[in-house]
Formats: sequence, C-alpha cells, structure tokens
Amino acid sequence: MTALLDVADLRRTALQPACFALQRGECVAVHGPSGAGKTLLLRAIADLDPNEGEIFLDGHRRESMSGPQWRRQVGYLPAEPGWWADTVGEHFPDWAAARPLIEALGLPEEARHWPLTRPSTGERLRLALVRALVVEPRVLLLDEPTAALDRLAVAAVETLIGSRVAAGLSVLWVTHDEAQAARVARRFLHVEAGSVREAAA
Amino acid sequence: MKAYISLGYGDLALGSLLVLANAGLSLALQLGIHWRFLVAAARMVVQLALMGVVLSALFSEASPLWTSLAAMVMVAFAGREAAARQDRPLAGLWAYGLGTSSMMMAAALVTVFALTTALRPDPWYDPRYAIPLLGMILGNTMTGVSLGLNGLTSGLATRRAAVEARLMLGASRREALAPVVRQSLRNALMPIVNTMSATGVVALPGMMTGQILGGVAPSEAVKYQILILFLIAGGTGIGAVAAVLGGAFRLTDHRHRLRLDRLAK
Repeated sequence: MTALLDVADLRRTALQPACFALQRGECVAVHGPSGAGKTLLLRAIADLDPNEGEIFLDGHRRESMSGPQWRRQVGYLPAEPGWWADTVGEHFPDWAAARPLIEALGLPEEARHWPLTRPSTGERLRLALVRALVVEPRVLLLDEPTAALDRLAVAAVETLIGSRVAAGLSVLWVTHDEAQAARVARRFLHVEAGSVREAAA
Repeated sequence: MKAYISLGYGDLALGSLLVLANAGLSLALQLGIHWRFLVAAARMVVQLALMGVVLSALFSEASPLWTSLAAMVMVAFAGREAAARQDRPLAGLWAYGLGTSSMMMAAALVTVFALTTALRPDPWYDPRYAIPLLGMILGNTMTGVSLGLNGLTSGLATRRAAVEARLMLGASRREALAPVVRQSLRNALMPIVNTMSATGVVALPGMMTGQILGGVAPSEAVKYQILILFLIAGGTGIGAVAAVLGGAFRLTDHRHRLRLDRLAK
C-alpha cells in the first residue's frame, strides 16, 4: 500500500534534503530545537515557499495540481495564524460546520460575533485549528497547536485531532512537549540544523 | 484678446527675494533646511530655463522624432521619481521597470486619445499640445502609480500573515491579495478624487489660471481645465491599475505563493 503523503528528496534553503512518508490515519510528531527548521519544513510541504523535490499525495505528484488545490488537501496551521477580516465569524465560510468543532474546543457559540481583538492567543489558535479542519484536508501540518493553551484546552485539542486521525486524517505535529509527542504519535521525526531524520521514541 | 504682460528678469529677481526670505527664516529658526531650500530653488530655475529652451526648439520644428524623444525623457524621469518614492521597492529591474512602463502605457494612451479626438491639432503630434499635455498627465499619473505601488508592497509586508492565512486555506493568489490590492488602488485614486472635488472651490488649477493670465476668456480656460482633469483621472486610473496588478503578479508565483523575497532587502 502506498503512503498517503510521500516526501521524496524535498529541498529548500536552510533545509537539507528530506525523505519520509506518512500513512493514512497516522500522526507523526516532529521535534527538535528552536530554529532547527521545523517551520521551514512544514511551509515547504504546504508549498508556501519556493522548494524543490518531489511530494506525492496518494500517488499524485504535487505539480499535477495547482497550489490552492494542493493546500486544500494538505492543510497547514502556523504557530501564529493570520486573520484577514474584522470578526471571527467572517473567517468561516460555513459556520454551521464549524460550530460543533468550536464547541468541542471549549469556545462559546457567540464567538462568531467577536471582533478579532477579543480572543486571546490560545483562543485564536483553537479557532484557527477549526478553520483548518473545516476545509477537510487529508493531511494536516500542525506547528505547535497547543503552545498557548491550558491543560483542559490541550486535552480538548488532542482529543479532537485524535478522532480525526482515527477517521483517516494524517497529521504532522510539531511539538516541544515530549509527553505530548508520546501521547499523540507512535512515530517521530527529529529536525536538527536543517536535517530531518526518523527518530526513536 | 487683451494685452499679455511679459515678465523681465528683474521681475523674477524681485520674486526670488521671497525664497531668500524663506532661507533666512530657516537660519533664524534653526530649521536646518536653508541649503536645501536654495538648492531646490536653483534646480527649479535651471530645469525650467532648460525646459524653455527645449520647448522653443521643439515647437519650431514639430518633428515627430524629437517630440517622441522628449516624451521618452520625461517618462524616464517620472519613472525614476516614482521608484525613489517607494519605501519597500521591488528587487532588481522591477523597481524601476514596473512603475515606468505602467506610466508610459497610461500617459501615452491618454495623451494620444486627447490629441486625436478632443484637441486634434495639426499635425496631431504637434509638440505645442503634446508635450504640455503629457507633462500634466504624467505628473499626476506618477503620483497615482507611486502611491499604488507603495500601498501594495507595504500592505503585503505588514499583512503578510493575513494574506498567507488565506493561501493556506486554499485561496488563489487573486482572492488572497484582493483586500490589499483594493486598498492600494484606493490610495492611488484618492488624490485625483480630492483634486476634482476641491477644484474651482478651494483651488484654481495652474493651467487654467495660466491661460487666463495669457488672455484667454475664463469660460474657454475652464473647458480646457475640465478636459485636462478628465484626462488626468483616466491616466491615473490606468497607470495605477497596471502598476498594482503588475506588482501583485510579481510578488506571487505560479504556485500561488506570496513572494516577499522579491522585494529589495
């Protein structure tokens, strides 16, 4: 069986050639010191920066589809997500689809009408996670999605992503928290000084 | 037509006393701009004197070659000026090339349009009409182009996270850049909107007053001024749209990525 996401010889500035694969419904944790290139790796996979090499999604080359088509299937949640409109609700084309997820993450239904100055950093991270999930990507690249959250919220995020992984979503999860890495993943990638390699648990 | 009052050099020397007074003011109040004031005034005198000589030569010949050459030189200077007004210019030749080509296209289109439809001098490229017309259109188009480009590049740099957030969710570059593109075009077009609203109430435009001083009937001078403002509005719009869309194209790529690495460091 072919992997869902197959990264073959991915190259970009500040990163050494990277090779690894992600199975369907698999969550792989990515760790390594700050500034090692974890974010650069995720951005290259999402095709947000110039990069070379081959990436396949379910056997299809990345270049066989447009950038937007690729990014709808390979979602990326940055550590500091951006917002383009004035209220929270405007960032969700289909609020009805987002609402159960927003409530599952401990945020109120009224959040829809919040101005963007209202939510805290942690609330924004959770809203951005929902925003990325409602696109229904097949692969999700998470860049420290629980960095600014309290324990309850961390548990809610881990449960929500866990249920999506069980339903077939493949996840690459950057985290500095070793205990979290052990909870969410059984495989690990270690990034250090721009080189990406498979790591033991 | 009433008699036209010609100015002598003595009259100009008298007027220049006001500039000297300003320089003195800068000295007295320690503004530190007295030299720049004098240099700017001297530059203005030399540039205009040269312009007078060049225009006299051009008008006596009415040669299409020399007229188009003069037009090219004006566009080249306008391009340099627009490039110098950028806070975050594009890298490489684009910094100069994009603004210049947008202005050239817009100003040429609008000038030729006016010369061949409304004004129809004989020959149509008669430099007595073509060069002053181009100058007025170019000057305003330059403002629009440089405001538009500046709005685009600084807007994309400051709102990078917002633009990339949309790209990450699968938006095309057109959708993701639309708010910044709209804002920069609005910036580019506001000056001409304001000019048109204030003209005739607050400000009497230079060309119209010039014609009136030259002895033309006010009702005739007003018609010319209205036409010129229409032309300026058209040139500014075309130039700004070309520059901003060209810039948006350059700062993204075929994979719909935001390419701020194409701004000069």
